[in-house]
Amino acid sequence: MDKSEKLALGLSGLLLAAFFLALIYAQVARGIEVPTCITDVEPFTSDTLFQIDENEYELHMITRMWAFEPSSVTLPVGSTVHLYVTSRDIIHGFKIEGKNVNLMAVPQTINYIPVTFNEPGEYFFACHEFCGAAHHLMAGRIIITDNEEDLARADLPGGER
Amino acid sequence: MKSYVMKIDKSNRYLMGVLLIIPMIFLVLGVYGGLMQTLFRAGIIQSDPFMGPDYYKGLTMHGVLNALVFTTFFAVAFGNAVVSYALRMKLNMTWAWVSGILMLVGSALATLMIYIGEATVLYTFYPPLKAHPLFYIGLTLLVVGSWVAFWNWIPLYLKWRRENPGEKTPLSVVGIFTTFIVWQIATIPVAVEILFMLLPWSMGLVNEINAMLARTLFWFFGHPLVYFWLLPAYVMYYSYMPKLAGGKLYSDMAGRLVFMMFIVFSIPVGTHHQYMDPAIGAQWKLLHGFFTFMVALPSLITAFTLAASLEYAGRKRGGKGLFGWMFKLPYFDRDRWLFSYLIAGLVIFIFGGISGIVNASYQLNTAVHNTAWVPGHFHLTVAGPVLLAFMGMSLYLLSRYLNKPVKMKGWALSMPYIWTIGVFIFSWGMMRGGLIGMPRRTNTGPSYANQDSALYQPEWISYIDISVVGGVIMTLSVVIFAVVFFATVFAKQKEGEATLEFPTTEPYHDEDVPWLKNFKPWVIAAIIIIVLAYTPVIIDVLQSTAGGSPPFSPENPAPLR
Ligand code: HEM
Ligand SMILES: [Cu+2]
Ligand SMILES: [Cu+2]
Repeated sequence: MDKSEKLALGLSGLLLAAFFLALIYAQVARGIEVPTCITDVEPFTSDTLFQIDENEYELHMITRMWAFEPSSVTLPVGSTVHLYVTSRDIIHGFKIEGKNVNLMAVPQTINYIPVTFNEPGEYFFACHEFCGAAHHLMAGRIIITDNEEDLARADLPGGER
Repeated sequence: MKSYVMKIDKSNRYLMGVLLIIPMIFLVLGVYGGLMQTLFRAGIIQSDPFMGPDYYKGLTMHGVLNALVFTTFFAVAFGNAVVSYALRMKLNMTWAWVSGILMLVGSALATLMIYIGEATVLYTFYPPLKAHPLFYIGLTLLVVGSWVAFWNWIPLYLKWRRENPGEKTPLSVVGIFTTFIVWQIATIPVAVEILFMLLPWSMGLVNEINAMLARTLFWFFGHPLVYFWLLPAYVMYYSYMPKLAGGKLYSDMAGRLVFMMFIVFSIPVGTHHQYMDPAIGAQWKLLHGFFTFMVALPSLITAFTLAASLEYAGRKRGGKGLFGWMFKLPYFDRDRWLFSYLIAGLVIFIFGGISGIVNASYQLNTAVHNTAWVPGHFHLTVAGPVLLAFMGMSLYLLSRYLNKPVKMKGWALSMPYIWTIGVFIFSWGMMRGGLIGMPRRTNTGPSYANQDSALYQPEWISYIDISVVGGVIMTLSVVIFAVVFFATVFAKQKEGEATLEFPTTEPYHDEDVPWLKNFKPWVIAAIIIIVLAYTPVIIDVLQSTAGGSPPFSPENPAPLR
């Protein structure tokens, strides 16, 4: 190997090392995670929304051919949602537009990611894994609002609000 | 290096004719499917004359024919040619035919099952969606056929090593063996998935399947699969392109190092396709991410070595200054038409590589996973450098083996550039759309791209339309290629015997590096790393799945059993 080759090799290595350190930084300093192995949640077969704290919710979401259950969720601004997703039949996908949420829903497993909504708005999600004939009709939305009426109509769990 | 001309006998000629022409027909069908998809997605058509109204059946055809069938056939045909040419030995034709026939029967079975609607499962065939058993059997035969081809080369290689002790194996042979060593190791997990899980379950011998495990085994195979596509193109880049450009390979050692690194790091990376999956610990995903960055290194070395080789060629041809050499390369030289296929592919691959590093970047994958970004990315890889190198070399081999002149060289030469324009437009549309959330594997036509639907997504429309424009240009260039290819097939034979000669490149820097001479230590290192990287993943999957799944048809939400 001549000098220029060694230089190129060294620079390539440094570039990749820098990229990799950026991932570690994002994880350690910014807390941006990818889903991990969940073993402490019992498999669920129906969807539920629990309020677990002032601004904190736990959402158990079911995916099935060809709908999300629930397909529409309304929550107040500032909510943190602990999202648990599973599938009742085959593999589906779940990505919330504009949020760092992207989960595969695989039957007999549970996927999890926490997410916080600080901006009001409608957050659209579409199934992104092929799940049969009507896959392209499988979508839903999370509505984040401060409007008391909408929230009342949404009938949040946990009673008081 | 003295140039060598290999004589081609009759049996070889027929075999290679079959191995080159049949997959080209499959490819044309597959590309037709691609065009139809873009039209479906934009809502321009709701049904096509060949596939009918089922978008996903067409998409299965597109993935299987283009990415599995065409590529595997080509890799085998190219390997047959390179190994016998570079080692100057005769293939055992019986086994070469057995391999070809297995692949043909397998591909025909799988294609038929898709066509009759019994295998609308896409080319990843994730359970619990179930295909007809013959679909899985067809894919198995295709893979076994490619194994037989590889096993047929091994004795030649060993004999050559015995007869040429201490000599360096020709770089092209090192590349082909790297390709097939990776393939041989990586096809084992998918063979386990098919033979022990999918097949008995699809035949009804067992009731349930562990969908998560099957999916993990698929990706155990799925990423090395992409190197199985890429590596034959690398063989051409290293062994033939510098010579076609009128120069030398900047460093022979770099080429050998690159191939050995691919053996070690191609396989323990599969869960980078499963960053968003449940049931696999994040730390193991990060480990696979780390190895993915390691396997990017040989591609960066390749970028340098090839650029240096091309610069050397450009300067020899009179290029001056820092960039002047770039303008001296034979982009439009009819007698070196093959060069255009390689250089266009390399340019596309710059963007394929960059977008690939984005995908590999762990958390960043959240933004792109399963969005239209992903097909945008891999049409810049498998439908970029891989496709163009494979098409160019198919035409080259065809004309040599059939002893026919390449027809319409001007058109042959322009095709890669037209494809490049098309695929850039197409992929830009797909990738930009993906970044704002447009999902992949989705027939947007009736829903998200339909003004009358409650799901209408107005922001996606322009990107969907851009992908139509790109898709039409890509199709056009494939039509040009098909005309050239079949005009060559039906051309009058040249006088004299059929012969094969590859434009084999000489090295500029040639070092004798003993530790790069033998595959064995690298294969052992690969196996150790694979076991370390995959054992914890498989344990996680087994521990965190609650049970099995019955089979489903894509038509009906109720299980089949
Ligand atoms: C005219 C040329 C082509 C066009 C217009 C085209 C178009 C497309 C489109 C629109 C998709 C995405 C569909 C979706 O996600 O819903 C797609 C997927 C794909 N294409 Fe192409 N394509 C072309 C050529 C090729 C070639 C030559 C190859 C490989 C050698 C290829 C390999 C693939 C693969 C592997 C997929 C993924 C299939 C899946 O998600 O299951 N394409 N193509
Ligand atoms: Cu779906
Ligand atoms: Cu990969």
